[in-house]
Amino acid sequence: MKTWMWLLPMAAFLSACVTINIYFPAAAAEKAADKIIDEVWQIKKDQQAPADEPAK
Amino acid sequence: MKNRLFAFCLLLSTLLATPFALAAADLEINTPAISSLKSSMQSRHGELAGFYASGAVGLTRDALVAVHDTNAVPLSQRQKVNSLVAAENNDRNALYKEIATANGHPEWEAEVRNTFAQRWVQKAQSGWWYQDASGSWAKK
Repeated sequence: MKTWMWLLPMAAFLSACVTINIYFPAAAAEKAADKIIDEVWQIKKDQQAPADEPAK
Repeated sequence: MKNRLFAFCLLLSTLLATPFALAAADLEINTPAISSLKSSMQSRHGELAGFYASGAVGLTRDALVAVHDTNAVPLSQRQKVNSLVAAENNDRNALYKEIATANGHPEWEAEVRNTFAQRWVQKAQSGWWYQDASGSWAKK
């Protein structure tokens, strides 16, 4: 019973190590990059970079 | 005693499983350092935009900017372009480093840079110049 109980955290721990340390989150990085670029270049909509901003 | 051990194991499992959720979530980009770099780049973009459009300045494959066509810049403005490019590259290098560090993985800097290199070009306006994967200039 006691050994069985330690298996769960151990398994979680080992897979967590693999998950965080090896893989670069490419999709999340792309999303973060898009967000920053939109702000820096002041792009209002995705895929569009209007030269003139519509007057409000 | 058994109950307490069970509760402890459950708690430990929950704590250790948290990285799964974090790994799937967004990257941290809301640090003060990143915000200040962003606003510095944003205000500089007002000055750089004209030079992107004229082809004077282009986007490099390493996610920086570089002077692409000196002839597109009037003599009187060449010094200004050079300093704009240098300042922009300082900010960009700091930004990629900061994003990697803010997420606890300084070694991600190169991958962050690669991601940005692709996204800058993707989001560039048509007519702007960029370096393709081989390093030669192309017009979008």
